[in-house]
Amino acid sequence: MAEFRMPILGADMKAGKLVAWRKHPGDEVHRGDIIADVETDKAVIEVEAFVDGVLERTLVEPGETVPVGTILAIIRLEGEPALAEMPAGPPAEAGAPIVARPPAVPLQPPVRLRVPEAGGVRISPLARNLAARLGVDIATVTGSGPGGRIQQRDIEQAAAAMARPAPAAPSEEVPDRQMRMRQAIAAAMARSHRDIPHFHLFTTIDMSRTLTWLASENETRSVADRLLYAILLIKAVACALREVPELNAIWVEDKVVLKPDVHVGMAIVLRGGGLVAPALHHTDRQSLDGLMHDFRDLVQRARAGSLRSSELSDPTITITNLGEQGVEAVFGLIYPPQVALVGFGKIVERPWSVDGQIMSRPLMTATLAADHRALDGFRGSVFLATIDRLLQEPDKL
Amino acid sequence: MTDEEIRSTVLRLLSDIAPEADLASIEPNVNIRDQLDIDSMDFLNFVIAVDKELHVDIPERDYPKLATLDACMVYLSERLKAAGRARPTD
Repeated sequence: MAEFRMPILGADMKAGKLVAWRKHPGDEVHRGDIIADVETDKAVIEVEAFVDGVLERTLVEPGETVPVGTILAIIRLEGEPALAEMPAGPPAEAGAPIVARPPAVPLQPPVRLRVPEAGGVRISPLARNLAARLGVDIATVTGSGPGGRIQQRDIEQAAAAMARPAPAAPSEEVPDRQMRMRQAIAAAMARSHRDIPHFHLFTTIDMSRTLTWLASENETRSVADRLLYAILLIKAVACALREVPELNAIWVEDKVVLKPDVHVGMAIVLRGGGLVAPALHHTDRQSLDGLMHDFRDLVQRARAGSLRSSELSDPTITITNLGEQGVEAVFGLIYPPQVALVGFGKIVERPWSVDGQIMSRPLMTATLAADHRALDGFRGSVFLATIDRLLQEPDKL
Repeated sequence: MTDEEIRSTVLRLLSDIAPEADLASIEPNVNIRDQLDIDSMDFLNFVIAVDKELHVDIPERDYPKLATLDACMVYLSERLKAAGRARPTD
């Protein structure tokens, strides 16, 4: 049996509300199928199955809000007997009904960790990884394992306690979605600013060749098939990541973990305020047309509030393109646990030296915000130079 | 198609792009993108919608001619007139 749990759909997410089940007990599910709709502080997200099987039982009712990690449903894997057909287990378990349960029962608030005998925090690798994913500060967690060792259930308990809302004063107004989105962004960005030692680099890119090629290309296309210049920027970043893979990574368990696939997250401004940064999956392998199609679909769904769980949990780097708003350079904050964010500014006509001659050129500032724990400035500068080089040959993107 | 019909079509297509906007208060001579918070993806979707509804294929080099509502009206009216599909308002 596989446990289908409330997913973590961003570094800032502590709990989610089950809006509706898309599949019902007895339904076949396949990896990638949308099983449920979950509401976060930012949007309603379509949550996908991660295994093939049959939805055996749902454990949470629509309308319930539960902490990240809570078991929402049981999926019977292929070849497994149904729960009713399973042989009886030990007496203590045989009669116990399966019920929705948060990652652990938060019986008491977290207390300060006991000082370990050998120095440093005693914590299992699994628990450390989970703490990083759930945004739990392990210094605030008491370990229940041998010798005070922090275990997975301790982290789950701390996460559940974090997700539990404080009792509201009778006169307090319920925050609206926009307020909750701001709070979610605030939590993620505060964590980023607090935990990540950022460094910033920038470079100026001559966009003449890119724009000339794009204008020529779009002349030959019907309106519906035209490309935006942002697509070339996205593809250039994705291809540059293949050459500088240190930036296609996340920081967990006090170390950098390189990600094998490139899933570029695109910051998308939502109407009415706030933003999301869902992934364009396998960005480096897609054609420009494929990227344009997927980007248009992603923007539309982000603004309609119908993103999928994998799109929010998979980004390996984020791009923010504020050039259209007139900003010339973006010095951003990294979205944890990612280790880099790329910013693009406005394309402006400026004097530029070309082959010893000063001429007017469309110039764009590309910036990199990078995590100094994961890499050094030299590799960051190689990355920006690679983006520049790739944009000078747009026909090869 | 009359100018009034062109105008109402343009406003309807813009409302599809920016549903939260109050189009009644749109300033005809102020940049549409700035007023309605429209980005390049939104604008491309608007151009695609114009092509579908009015059968006017707007080349990319003409995008600056659609900066304001009044400019849109002038541009589309001329294109439709050239195609023999515009007529004066009754």
